[in-house]
Amino acid sequence: MNTVVARVNEQPSLSSAQMSRAVPVLIGLASVAVAILLTVAGGGFRWGWVFILSGLIYVVAIAIVARVVEDRRQSTDRVMRTVITFAFIGVLVPLASVFWTVITEGVSRFDSIFLSETMRMSPESMLAQLDGGVAGGAYHAMVGTLIVTGVSGMIAVPIGVLTAIYLVEFGSGRLASTVTRMVDVMTGIPSIVAGLFAYALFELFLGPGTRSGLSGGVALSLLMAPVVIRSSEEMLRLVPNELREASYALGVPKWKTILKVVLPTAIAGILTGVTLSVARVIGETAPLLVTVGLAQDTNYNPLDGRMTTLPVYTYYQYVQPGLPTEAGHARAWAAAMMLVIIVAALFTLARILSWALKPKGL
Amino acid sequence: MSQGWLGIFGDTTEMSGSDSFLGYVGPLVFGTLYAAIVALTIATPLAVAVALFISHYAPRRMSQTLGYLIDLLAAIPSVVFGIWGITVVAPLMSDDVFPWLSDNLSFIPIFSGTASTSGRTMLTAGMVLAMMVLPIITAISREIFLQTPRLHQEASLALGATKWEMIRQTVLPYGRSGVISGAMLGLGRALGETMAVAIILSPSDGYFWSLVTNQNSNTIASNIALKFPEAYGLDVNRLIATGLVLFGITFVVNMFARRIANAGLMGVGE
Repeated sequence: MNTVVARVNEQPSLSSAQMSRAVPVLIGLASVAVAILLTVAGGGFRWGWVFILSGLIYVVAIAIVARVVEDRRQSTDRVMRTVITFAFIGVLVPLASVFWTVITEGVSRFDSIFLSETMRMSPESMLAQLDGGVAGGAYHAMVGTLIVTGVSGMIAVPIGVLTAIYLVEFGSGRLASTVTRMVDVMTGIPSIVAGLFAYALFELFLGPGTRSGLSGGVALSLLMAPVVIRSSEEMLRLVPNELREASYALGVPKWKTILKVVLPTAIAGILTGVTLSVARVIGETAPLLVTVGLAQDTNYNPLDGRMTTLPVYTYYQYVQPGLPTEAGHARAWAAAMMLVIIVAALFTLARILSWALKPKGL
Repeated sequence: MSQGWLGIFGDTTEMSGSDSFLGYVGPLVFGTLYAAIVALTIATPLAVAVALFISHYAPRRMSQTLGYLIDLLAAIPSVVFGIWGITVVAPLMSDDVFPWLSDNLSFIPIFSGTASTSGRTMLTAGMVLAMMVLPIITAISREIFLQTPRLHQEASLALGATKWEMIRQTVLPYGRSGVISGAMLGLGRALGETMAVAIILSPSDGYFWSLVTNQNSNTIASNIALKFPEAYGLDVNRLIATGLVLFGITFVVNMFARRIANAGLMGVGE
């Protein structure tokens, strides 16, 4: 009895000691200062080292201070908070660096010549380029990307949406579960394997060494279809069953119910999914490298011959830049910038679509 | 589809001649697995930390935007990551990191050997790959961290737990299967990733453990991308057969990922 009373009396209050909010800020500033001093003294001032060192110093300092002022548990809590925040900033830095590099390097050649000319250059412009002039563009690559992505969309979107409708509205039993499993497998196909498959398929009919925009479209549609199926399926399942039942109760046949009730309700989600799937495949390089190859000039015919696409163009302008090297690299960065812009635009479009077409009152 | 593959595969093993197929594909399989493991070792802890930051530390209003940013990161074409890696990361590594590593840590086998001066090493490739798989792991982890029952979290806090203790007691156990299946899906992407590795890595023939030298085992996907445009005849078939091996590896990895995810969901339902 005595001991219990004694213990209760020992505790002065219910809350334990707490650091004031200013202390971590002060420690932070101090550790940045110390880190700058250390890097300058070490002879190599670089922001990267300052960032890493100040992070380390801050973690150690806050651990010790919290341990002394507060207790062990608070100290661990503060250390983990710091580590997690620093990890997050540490990931944002390379992300920002990607965007920054693409924009600063790409903007120098993002001009009208880049947008309107191909890589089939006249002798004059080749000579001009050797003297540091501006020549060569990616018009043919843009056309190629449009055609190949269009072909893959024409294959993947109908198949994808119809498969999703089958799975949600009709599918049951063994066939449906087999289809679901196949979609699972397709989601995990490495893109280059899809490219090899399309190549092998067309080689069977057209002989070895065949390259065409159509086979590229087939390769991309293999990557696109599972994304379309997944997202459409999810959206169709969200359509409330009451709507279907109400339609049946009015004597509407099943096909008309799907066409007039289910699809309009889910169209926003389906279109969003399609847009995101286009964003996913438009930057694919490896399958197109294998199936479509590279051409110097514009090729409007997807059924025959090589065709250039933006990602493949970026790759080759970088690894085989020609002379002078800088000109090729500048074109590669401009094409990379264009790709990033297209992807970001598609992402934004998807957001707008899902917001604008959202069914009212659901 | 699988029959088409099998026909090609049969062709190759019969006719590949002087270099047996196993001897050809062995270093490539090693390189593929090694690069993917390096990438995952870097990416998984970071991704979990980022997911926790977005789900539990960042202000509510910020977390939506942050999630969008991370998704956008996932959609950046791999060729862009590749040329970014060789222009920005590789010089940084060869100037600052590799000399230091080989001066101070060369007693560890993976940092031994002459440090590369071009930066086109397995470590650089692994780091860029890590940047590419990080969004996948983050997205899945964040989703499942956000699903942790509020009552569990509030109960933990009400018992006087600090924020980190609450996360360790409720969020991490709940999200473990999600993190694992996210990591496996990331592994699947890292295994099949082509362009970034093809641009960054300077490949050699054989098995190499060191992360910092110019001699690296190539990955299957990058080997195909580098050799396919110039290949003809049976070389094409051999490359396609290595693609089949890659497909097999990713198939197994993805199957495990789904199994873990499903088992985890069942456990959560209790």
